[in-house]
Amino acid sequence: MSARVLVGVKRVIDYAVKIRVKPDNTGVVTDGVKHSMNPFCEIAVEEAVKLKEKKLIKEVVAVSCGPQQAQETIRTALAMGADRGIHVEVSGKDYDNLGPLQVSKILAALAKKEETSLIILGKQAIDDDCNQTGQMTAALLDWPQGTFASEVVLEGDKVKVIREIDGGLETVRLKMPAVITADLRLNTPRYATLPNIMKAKKKKIDVVKPGELGVDLTSHLEVLRVDEPPQRQAGMKVETVEELISRLKEAGRM
Amino acid sequence: MFDMSSSSFMALMALVRGVLVSKSFRLIFNRVQKRGVTSCIDASAGLTDEQKEFQKVAFDFAANEMAPHRAEWDEKEIFPVETMRRAAQLGFGGIYVQPDVGGSGLSRLDTSIIFEALSTGCTSTTAYMSIHNMCAWMIDTFGSAEQRHKFCPELCTMDKFASYCLTEPGSGSDAASLLTSAKLMGDHYILNGSKAFISGGGDTDVYVVMCRTGGKGAKGISCLVVEKGTPGLGFGKKEKKVGWNSQPTRAVIFEDCAVPVANRLGHEGQGFSIAMKGLNGGRINIASCSLGAAHACVELARDHLTVRKQFGETLSSNQFLQFRLAEMATRLVASRLLVRQAAVALQEDRDDAVSLCSMAKLFATDECFTICNQALQMFGGYGYLKDYPVQQFVRDIRVHQILEGKPNTNSYRNSVPHSADSCLHNSSCL
Repeated sequence: MSARVLVGVKRVIDYAVKIRVKPDNTGVVTDGVKHSMNPFCEIAVEEAVKLKEKKLIKEVVAVSCGPQQAQETIRTALAMGADRGIHVEVSGKDYDNLGPLQVSKILAALAKKEETSLIILGKQAIDDDCNQTGQMTAALLDWPQGTFASEVVLEGDKVKVIREIDGGLETVRLKMPAVITADLRLNTPRYATLPNIMKAKKKKIDVVKPGELGVDLTSHLEVLRVDEPPQRQAGMKVETVEELISRLKEAGRM
Repeated sequence: MFDMSSSSFMALMALVRGVLVSKSFRLIFNRVQKRGVTSCIDASAGLTDEQKEFQKVAFDFAANEMAPHRAEWDEKEIFPVETMRRAAQLGFGGIYVQPDVGGSGLSRLDTSIIFEALSTGCTSTTAYMSIHNMCAWMIDTFGSAEQRHKFCPELCTMDKFASYCLTEPGSGSDAASLLTSAKLMGDHYILNGSKAFISGGGDTDVYVVMCRTGGKGAKGISCLVVEKGTPGLGFGKKEKKVGWNSQPTRAVIFEDCAVPVANRLGHEGQGFSIAMKGLNGGRINIASCSLGAAHACVELARDHLTVRKQFGETLSSNQFLQFRLAEMATRLVASRLLVRQAAVALQEDRDDAVSLCSMAKLFATDECFTICNQALQMFGGYGYLKDYPVQQFVRDIRVHQILEGKPNTNSYRNSVPHSADSCLHNSSCL
């Protein structure tokens, strides 16, 4: 099958870092903080590489949008087995305002340009938890979507996706081209091996600007304020059930 | 949690420059923010992108596959064969062994970076892996084509494990006086003698043994590869150690053990040189393991200081502890720089490589033990409990100051300040 898979990878603050809000409440501290690939994006890359190893698809292209450092994330994807990378250069104010809608437009433009059969993304990023990019991309392209995938099976020109939903597991069959977003249990991402890291050096990363793709990055969202979650308040002990009910009523919970 | 420590360091540096330091952490915090100061003990500072990738894999492997189990491995004295094999699949079985026999073909500096990162997961296991790597390299470098292709591939995948056998009950620092004899009889050497303190001994498959084929002194020593199962190869009891408990240590005993001449690395009389050349890299590796342990301890101590409260405030407000943490960070970075410089010198085959390796090992193992020990102290009573990881790092790296070149040998200390091109006694070139 001469299919090409586009995998979106996002550079986010490493999951193990303790996040701190900037003193001016405009965002979180990112300078000098350890960043790495979004864990769900790792799962997406792993799935794409697995499909390639099964010879069901031909090429895995890793895409990241952001400043120069986004190339580190693409390199990690290349070290895991992606064939080449595309770095969509977005920096400064544009990068601060980059949200799911803008990324979806970029991915949609790239998908058309690169003749893609499948777009695999992480279900959400751990910094904004939006869970929107996959869905928006599918809508912009008018492609079917299989989100929260815990299993992906290629069947000819269709793809069967088992989705984790609130009620349990839902199976859908999508006609390709399609968009899939990876959930936690889809697979366990591999470690890059030392030989693969060295091979990745030779793989190509193309740099494109959003303008070249005809994408307008203006955002209609404005972040007003970022605060830490409220400190957990101490609870209180009550002696009787009556007291419990009266306190709940006082607090407006009943 | 980079903020608190960074601001302490900024405060310290400002003090040193004689500038008045604002008591408000907020002010310093803001200054730190605008300058985008990274953690000053960041192990990836100054590395190439590729090296950062290697390091990332090693850190991830250490955090996910080693750290959760290190306490159990230590307590139950488990030799984590499966975990090490998984590490080997990533290329960690023969990091500086040539690719044509299954190695990763990386440089000494790459190797140091990798072992330093792995050591944050479990220092004891990483130290064993570095010994295994050293043996694989010795066979790769000094072995014939047949020997390389026979032994190296399985060592690189860790299908087989290796041990380095130099030390004897009667010869540690004075390694060249070893007594294990290897008498030539036809196409075999008959080995008699015993080796002491062999890491992996009894559980490993390939033994790189330095033994006496000729006369006295270094020039009479040859290097033989002895395979487990060879009749006459036996082992002593498993030693009970203070640390390094995830690797078994036993005496290795030869009783009329017949080893094919085809298993000799290099020519007769070359054994001591091979051993010492192996140790140059071995010293960098052991020093790197100490670096990783110290790094982990500095971070543990830093986090503890921001949480533990006494006298109404967190320990991080205590000036003595701030200065102490700053000193620990400084020792760590200084040690790391020396170790990495030694690695570069070795891979470039510089004239000062051997002495740099010895100095790096001497300095880094001592400094890093001090760092881990001071970190333990910061934990107070909790530091002494096995529930907390710092004590394991302390116990594990204590031995790094002892093996692979004991720094207290007179000749060691004497030759260091002497002429720039003097080799240290343990590593006299042949």
